[in-house]
Amino acid sequence: MSSISVLDAGRAVAGSQHIVRGTYRGDRIFSVAVTVFAVGIPLLLVAIVLLMVLDALPSITRYGFGFLTSSTWDPATEQFGAAAFIYGTVVTSIVALLLAAPVGVGCALFLAEYAPLWVRGPIGFVIELLAAIPSVIYGLWGLFVLAPLMGRNLLVAAVILAIMILPTVAAVSREVLLAVPNTQRDSMLALGATRWETVQVAVLPYARAGIAGAAVLGLARALGETIAVAMVIGNSSTRISGSLFTPGYTMASAIADHFTDANSSIYFSALVEVALGLLLVAAIMTVLARVLVWSVARGPAGTAVGAETR
Amino acid sequence: MIEPSGWFERRRLLNWTATGLMVASTAGVVIVLLLILGQVILQGLPALGVAFFTRPPLPDGSAGGGVAQAILGTLEMLIVGGVLAIPPAVATAIYLSEYGHGQLARVVRFSLDLLAGFPSIVIGVFVWAWLVREVVGDFSGLAGGVALAIIMIPIVARTVEETLRLVPDSLREASLALGVPRWKTIMLVVLPTARAGILTGIVLSMARAGGEAAPILLTALGSQFFNLNLLQPMAALPVQIYQDSRSPFDELHAQAWGVALVLIVLIALLSGLTRLILGRRLHALSR
Repeated sequence: MSSISVLDAGRAVAGSQHIVRGTYRGDRIFSVAVTVFAVGIPLLLVAIVLLMVLDALPSITRYGFGFLTSSTWDPATEQFGAAAFIYGTVVTSIVALLLAAPVGVGCALFLAEYAPLWVRGPIGFVIELLAAIPSVIYGLWGLFVLAPLMGRNLLVAAVILAIMILPTVAAVSREVLLAVPNTQRDSMLALGATRWETVQVAVLPYARAGIAGAAVLGLARALGETIAVAMVIGNSSTRISGSLFTPGYTMASAIADHFTDANSSIYFSALVEVALGLLLVAAIMTVLARVLVWSVARGPAGTAVGAETR
Repeated sequence: MIEPSGWFERRRLLNWTATGLMVASTAGVVIVLLLILGQVILQGLPALGVAFFTRPPLPDGSAGGGVAQAILGTLEMLIVGGVLAIPPAVATAIYLSEYGHGQLARVVRFSLDLLAGFPSIVIGVFVWAWLVREVVGDFSGLAGGVALAIIMIPIVARTVEETLRLVPDSLREASLALGVPRWKTIMLVVLPTARAGILTGIVLSMARAGGEAAPILLTALGSQFFNLNLLQPMAALPVQIYQDSRSPFDELHAQAWGVALVLIVLIALLSGLTRLILGRRLHALSR
């Protein structure tokens, strides 16, 4: 029995690597198979966009830019303009963000900077739970608890949206704040700063871009929210009015409310164009939010911070 | 000297105000959750009964109906969605964690992010425009399942990829060093080690998909009848809430709250369960 020399072992390893690389047919098949599935993801994306562009084309060519500026939505005369829907979407989302952002960031600051450890877990769970509640239940609550008090209008929709995007804003902001290096805080505290001064001078400026990213993610979620909005926004007016107390539509809720009426092909096409608009805006916001959050909290490659709370 | 005592007072006051506002925000979040949960429990409990779980709805909101057909429909569509979503999603995760390092992997990851960022109504419109209007010709449980699958894919793929990355390289190396082919290493060493995380990803995606109303409304439409035919309109719990709440009948409103309670309990159970499994497993892995 001769003992194996280091050199032999080295050769064996080199040889096995050769085997791993080239000889096993199973490896070839397996790697090709998983690659095919992986390539399927971008292809699915392309298919979704392509089919929707094709279906929206009749409406795009027929109405052009007028689709975005006209607020007439009249199937009888086949006049379709989405301006009122776009207005409703923008107004409800922005009001929702204005309501949710301060509370969400405040909650994140509390969790990341102030809260004792034993509080963080349970509050984190509350935020997760809030994110996990299906939107139709928020809608139900809005319809039977808020609407009797405030009516069904843009404002109630905005309030419901604010509650729904709170967990997104809070969770992503918290992650961003936790990524701020402790040296930032320590140096301020060592100078005799109060907690708030530390946050104000050393933490918030560092985390600014990431918190903006959290807000964009929240906004993106609000823009696309459908069923809860459809339940409380009133669905009865296509006129644009300055008041938050008028019923209206958002792009998403209009689709949910109209899709069963889309008998003519141009009506169908117009609805798909509305959805296509939502898709494009959501895609832009996803990219923007990712860039912003990443500039502060560089997570492991490929993980989108905050996506799990969507 | 500028009066330092006043200055300190101001700083202290500001600090306490800021702290107070943060505590208030956090309290606000907790209170909102309690309000919603409380309402759902309070209104939902009285609606539950044997009929609720065993019978389909009766016409015009007469008392005594249930939502059994929606429970069945949600189950059917989740199964279809799971069957369609899990294999490609897990395969994609394997590709990303075990093979993908180049440009293609970046494209795949980016696509997953975009897909996860799409509003669910957009996915509903896609499946409606394609399967419902062009292929099947009617609203169907199949279309609902496909829509759920598209929603589940990015969730499963990302969770599984993250878990696979947690599997220590030493395990892979040990297996490869024994001459085990790479694919067997992945299937017999890496995946089993990560099975808790994979399970978590799947359950999480089902919890998400099971609560989706808009995409199912656009694709499966909802139904008042038991239905095992995947090519016909199908009921689902979230859609049932939506349609019940729009009806003029108090009986159906009560039923909507009941369904909401059932949904919340289901989702809380699922996510609690996964937290438990994952927490314990990750601990074991990191040791």
